[in-house]
This record gives sequence, structure tokens and C-alpha cells, in this order.
Amino acid sequence: MNIKQNLLYSKTHEWVEFLNDTTVRAGLTDFAQDSLGGLVFVNLPAEGDEVVAGESFGDVESVKAVSDVISPVTGTVLAINEGLLDSPEKINEDPYGAWLIEVGQVSGKEGLLSPESYEAFCEGEGH
Amino acid sequence: MEEKSGLKTALYDIHIALGGKITPFAGYLLPVQYKGVIDEHMAVRQYAGLFDISHMGEIMISGPDSLKNLNFLFTNDFTNMGDGRVRYTLLCNENGGIVDDMVIYRFSENKYMAVPNAANRHKVMSFLKKHIFGDVVLEDASDSYAQIALQGPMSRAILTKLVDEILLPQKYYTFTSGVMVQGVECIISKTGYTGEDGYELYCKTEAGPKLWGLLMDTDNMLAPCGLGARDTLRLEASMPLYGHEMNDEISPLETGLGFAVKMDKSDFIGKQAIIDRGAPKTARVGLKVTGRGIIREGCPIYIGGKQVGISTSGTHLPYLNAAFAMALIGKGFAEAGSVVEAEVRGRMVPAEIVPLPFYKRA
Repeated sequence: MNIKQNLLYSKTHEWVEFLNDTTVRAGLTDFAQDSLGGLVFVNLPAEGDEVVAGESFGDVESVKAVSDVISPVTGTVLAINEGLLDSPEKINEDPYGAWLIEVGQVSGKEGLLSPESYEAFCEGEGH
Repeated sequence: MEEKSGLKTALYDIHIALGGKITPFAGYLLPVQYKGVIDEHMAVRQYAGLFDISHMGEIMISGPDSLKNLNFLFTNDFTNMGDGRVRYTLLCNENGGIVDDMVIYRFSENKYMAVPNAANRHKVMSFLKKHIFGDVVLEDASDSYAQIALQGPMSRAILTKLVDEILLPQKYYTFTSGVMVQGVECIISKTGYTGEDGYELYCKTEAGPKLWGLLMDTDNMLAPCGLGARDTLRLEASMPLYGHEMNDEISPLETGLGFAVKMDKSDFIGKQAIIDRGAPKTARVGLKVTGRGIIREGCPIYIGGKQVGISTSGTHLPYLNAAFAMALIGKGFAEAGSVVEAEVRGRMVPAEIVPLPFYKRA
């Protein structure tokens, strides 16, 4: 399982990259994409939508199932990665390159995990 | 770690060794996938795949009154069935709903094998026991058999490396028995649940690992496949699945399975109820998603803002590379080309009614 040292993580298996103090990009972790299997559909919010830490902001679907994507932070959607809408498999191929949303005016980042804590958390989930 | 409980098939340790992701299904612990559903699906369409389907039931029906019982218990007609033939049928309850769907193998006039769904095995067995008459013996032999499906265009080439071609069933829905596959005695039928050419092999439970190993060792391109691909393949081929397109309430005619119901037979369980229900009010249709999204089971289907039905199965189908669903909708609305909308997690997804099957092999 691949965990990047320069990112923060949520217990719902999203990664967060701080572009500056109040702006982040978020995506699904390697653990998440591996558990989900080959993705065939992504549904993302619109620019300007509010996202709330701990609440769903979109969904990803494999042939087997649909899964909510939980926002790791609270803020306003500045951009979505539109390339994923036609090529959701990029999340499987490059989970840390395939960001889903860029969020500004970020708050609620206190609950995020360090890479070490996230790794320990994943091991606890029996991977 | 999540506790998983269930029965293990004879091949369980092999699934673990192959890296299968195990999931509980119909009381069994079975692999949902090995490498990935999409790869496994494509392997079956383009080459060949191997499935452990040992969870399927095997109920032996024997005795002088077997045929009379079959014709009364099941909806299809077995009168003119020859030895070595396989026939699809439904089992209906007294209300005309479906207890299960299954295939019946005829060994001889007085010996048959029914292959019900794993989840329905006990329900079917107790239903049959309640309704049999005369000189007939029912035996639930499910635990005595391992069952392996070899499916895909290369199936015959693979199997003939292990068995003389003359010992294999030649036509679709026929079988041979007592076939020795490198020392493993098998029943081999030319049947399947994928829409591809292929075989289903039955052997004694304890010989299951050997048979699986023989097949896998024959061709290193042969892909082990899990329940995930089994479901997407059957859906792409538009084959119905119990619990989705069928249940205890829906009659065969209401879900497009009238071809397996012979109303001209003198009597069978559910016949009167099916007559009493009158002309079916619903039809099973195919939907092709034309907008963005995936219609899965249980999505309400609308035409012009009015609900006309509900989806019964659906996903992104790997070979067709698009999202499709099956749905039961009001008979008057079941017209190919009609534009519908499905409510998917609070969002309306546009789709179009298309003919079944979605996929038919060339």
C-alpha cells in the first residue's frame, strides 16, 4: 500500500494536499482505490458547492458497487478534476495524481491524520 | 478484522492462494474477484475463465414416477426430453410466484438432477418434498459435488487437452456423464451463465481441487473468475437472476420468462394462479443509460414524470463499455426506443429502452 509522506489523510480514505494555508486538493487513497476495485463512474460536485468534513460530496462506482466519497475538510469547491468524469480509471492508476476536488476557505482540518497515523489506521482495518 | 462466516467450498484454499477477495454469498465464502472484475469479465468474452460454482445445489430425482413429478412440479415440459439433455425451468408456488429457476439434467427416464440456486437450495428442497407423489426419491446431493464452470471462446480448446473430444457434449444444453478427466469422474454439460460458449463440470467434492488444478495447469491464459464477473457476464447476456428479476411474488409471465412455462400441460403447481392473474401487467426490458450515471437494482423508472417500473439489476458492463440495466415496467411502456429516467440516489439519469439481450456472442 502506497502512502505519500507530504499528504494528510482522513479515516474515510481520502488524502488532502495543502496548496496553501486555506486551499487543498483532495482525492482517494491507494487503500481506497484498491478496496473499491476498477472504477467506472465518478460523480463530483459543482464549482461553488459547499462541502462539509465528514459528509458525502460525491460518489465513485465500480462495476460491483457505488460508494460515497466523504469530504475530509469543510470549504467551498474551487475546481473539480473534470478529466476524471470520462476516465475514472485514472483514480486506480494514479490515486495521488487523480485529485477529485480543489477546496478553498478550508476549515475542519483538525481531524486529519498524519501519514504514520493513517498507515496504522489502515493496518487496523486489516489490509 | 471483519469476521466472515460461511461454508467453504472444496476450492476455498485455492481461492485464498490465488489472492481471491472472499465474500459471504448465499451462505458460502466465495471469491468476489481475484485480479479484478473487469479483467475477469473480458477474459471470458475474449479467451476463457474458470469459476467455482460449487455453491449451486444438486438435487437428485429418481424413481419410476420421476417424469410425472417433474411435469407437475415444474413449469416446463419434460415429456419429450432425451437422455443427456438439459432444460431450463421455473418452479412456481401456488400463487404463481417463482420459488426458483433452475436447470434439469436427464440421465434416464427415471433419473434426473435439478440445479437450484445456492440461496434457494433448502427452500426448493422442502417445497419439492411437500409436493412429490408416487414412487419418487429426492436427494439433496449438493454437499457431495463440486461444480466448476469453464466459460469463454477457448473453452473447448482447453478442455480437449484433457478429454477426448468425443466424450464432450456437442450441442448447447446437452451433457455427458461418467467422463474421466485425467482420473476425475465428471458430468460435463455445455451450459453456462455468461453468454459465451462453455462447460459446467461436476465432480465429487473431494476431487474439486484436482479438477480445478488440471484445468488451470492446461493453459496459463485461463483466468480464475469470481462472483463479480459472474454477475456482470450474466447481466451483459441479459440472463435473469433470482432475487432480482424473479422472486416469490412475480410470475414468470410478468418477467419475460413465459418461454419456460408450458400452459398447455394438464397441470402444474401455479398454473391456475397464473391463469387467474390474466395477461401480464409488466414486462422485463433492457435499459441503456444515455446520460451520466449507473442504474443499479431498485431505482424507480419514470416516463414523462410518471413512475412506470423499477430496475432489477444494473451496472457498467465491461465488454459493452457502457451502463445498462434490466427493469420491470408496465406492459404498455415496454417499447424499444422509449426514453425513460431512473432515479439514482436522488438524481435523474436518462436512459433508453433497448432490446434484450444486450450482448449476444457472434
